[in-house]
Amino acid sequence: MANNQSEIRYLTPPSVEIKKKKYCRFKKNKIKYVDYKDPEFLKKFLNEQGRILPRRITGTSLKYQRKVAKAVKRARHLAMLPYLTDMLK
Amino acid sequence: MKNQYETVFIATPVLSDVQIKEAVSKFRDIITGDGGEIVNEEDWGLRKLAYPIQKKSTGFYHLIEFTAEPSLIEKLETQYRRDERIIRFLTFKQDKYAAEYSEKRRNNLKAKSEKEK
Repeated sequence: MANNQSEIRYLTPPSVEIKKKKYCRFKKNKIKYVDYKDPEFLKKFLNEQGRILPRRITGTSLKYQRKVAKAVKRARHLAMLPYLTDMLK
Repeated sequence: MKNQYETVFIATPVLSDVQIKEAVSKFRDIITGDGGEIVNEEDWGLRKLAYPIQKKSTGFYHLIEFTAEPSLIEKLETQYRRDERIIRFLTFKQDKYAAEYSEKRRNNLKAKSEKEK
């Protein structure tokens, strides 16, 4: 039983996800206000389809996640960010 | 009690240069006419829109930061809605952090422009 365990050949070595401590970038470098006018910064919080990434992935705290969401929605209103797209990056 | 506001509006690209200037000066007069005071103004010019608005894919962006009485915003917005050259607008009341941020942004914009000169 044990030996066929080692016979299993993985095509690609299983990349174990190294658990890096997620931190809230706003608390870390003391950003207090999320500007809705520069889309480049906001793009970091959007996925390829242009949707807002959840907190569990970006690791931002609740207070700043709301600010980011409001800024993204304002940027979308002003057509600086698309509502939905493909290959935004 | 004056608050600090920030308004961005997009004008249709069909307009000629003169009409754009005239539209911008019209809104500037509305703000200064009623006791508002313009702090900063930026013209981002013709920019590509992320999605077509009214079948147009580009627009003239213009930003005005000003301090005014709250009652003036109502007038400003009705003017925006009535004016058909403006296809999209957004007014935003700056809180403490926003005012600080725009102050900083203005300084380094000025610093950059001085460097270019």
